[in-house]
Amino acid sequence: MATYSTNEFKSGLKIMLDGDPYAIVENEFVKPGKGQAFNRVKVRNLKTGRTIERTFKSGDTAEGADVVDVELQYLYNDGEYWHFMDQQSYEQLTADAAAVGDAAKWLKEEAICQVTLWNGVPLSVAAPNFVIMTIVETDPGVRGDTSGGGGKPATLETGAVVRVPLFVQSGEVIKVDTRTGEYVSRVKE
Amino acid sequence: MAHPAWRPSADLATLRLRAELLARIRAFFAARRVLEVETPALSAAAITEPNLASFSTVYTGPGSRYGQMLYLHTSPEFPMKRLLAAGSGCIYQIARVFRDGEAGRRHNPEFTLLEWYRVGFDHHRLMDEVAELATALLAGRLALAAPERLSYCELFQRHLDLNPHQASVVDLAACAGARGVPIPPGMPADDANPWLDLLLTHCIEPRLGAGRLTFVHDYLASQAALARLRPGDPPIGERFELYLNGVELANGFHELGDAGEQRRRFEAENAARRALGLPVMPVDENLLAALEAGLPDCAGVALGFDRLVMLAAGKAFIQDVIAFPVNIA
Repeated sequence: MATYSTNEFKSGLKIMLDGDPYAIVENEFVKPGKGQAFNRVKVRNLKTGRTIERTFKSGDTAEGADVVDVELQYLYNDGEYWHFMDQQSYEQLTADAAAVGDAAKWLKEEAICQVTLWNGVPLSVAAPNFVIMTIVETDPGVRGDTSGGGGKPATLETGAVVRVPLFVQSGEVIKVDTRTGEYVSRVKE
Repeated sequence: MAHPAWRPSADLATLRLRAELLARIRAFFAARRVLEVETPALSAAAITEPNLASFSTVYTGPGSRYGQMLYLHTSPEFPMKRLLAAGSGCIYQIARVFRDGEAGRRHNPEFTLLEWYRVGFDHHRLMDEVAELATALLAGRLALAAPERLSYCELFQRHLDLNPHQASVVDLAACAGARGVPIPPGMPADDANPWLDLLLTHCIEPRLGAGRLTFVHDYLASQAALARLRPGDPPIGERFELYLNGVELANGFHELGDAGEQRRRFEAENAARRALGLPVMPVDENLLAALEAGLPDCAGVALGFDRLVMLAAGKAFIQDVIAFPVNIA
């Protein structure tokens, strides 16, 4: 992998620190007029999501991290791993629970997901922003209520639970925003 | 194709303020009978300081058929001292200067320095004048408390409870660690100065000069740069820096006039360059000859004009006060 000089630092650049891949969030050049120049950077650990501060002597280098975002199709879960497929090469990749994280509850078979690969291995999985799912269980709503005020919990086919308006019934198909976990609308089959 | 960024990054009001401040600086010095001068931006000699990188170019033409390496000045200091040695009396210059490798929210690789020399002044008397000028230029734009003055030693004692003259690299590293400063890889084990710079930039500078002109003076001998040393235990570099609202604004010296000492410092800096794998720079023999002939006792200071405009205009980025910074130059 390439190495990057501090002169190439900018937000979004992926570098290795202490064996983990990081993305640069912020980069500031500081230098006393007669003294040593430094780059103060804020970096986000791509495994944990935590942001920390680091400082480099200006002109020093950091190893680049082989991190790429790819679109993969979710195939199935075998109880331990989530299996994905590259639709161009048909190559299959497996992701563990740490990589899938909260996206797990939004993964429906055949969904196209953005998967971040580090050295070719899934590091994190982002569910599609919107998913269409069938409600498998929710309390019967109050007749005549179409306002949606209040709402009630509904369990979806993947096990995810979202709040839906009272008029939405079991067996109906809905659209959900996975970033907020909120109901968007009913979807006609 | 990307849309060309042809428009200036500074707004017109700020460019008008730049012009107004330049006019007021010239009036300030005219009233004090300080002579405006101009010296070359290109020179066959260059600064040896390891922490400053000079741009270079090649002159080919009459007198130099095969090309001669010329360096863009990082400050007009050396030729201005030649004028002083030649009997110019007090002088000032508003110069565009060039420093490779420096770009950020307070740095642009070419910027404007206001540099002036006062014959018969020491660094304390020059600090008084810097305060007068800065206060006059910022009046009505920034509310300023009375200026304060503290030594480099007091600065570190006040902010970090540490004596910079005595602290070892181990002490400085421990202090940085205790304050959560991320330690850069490759910090030297045998040179305290980069550690002091690390603590200064991370722990002290952001809080320095809050609402008032803060002068830091009397530096370590190893950070004296072009200042004379006051003998003592330890010897002290008669240098000062001015900070306002966390921004380093000016650097001044009670000027070193000893040609032999100046030559030793140039050679020591070139030796440090060699050790760091940096290019060795041609020493300014004309400056050394001028010092040999005799520099009048004087103090000099360089003030970052763009940063002064930033403070006057309330801007956080140098790109907001320069029409075309390097990324769109």
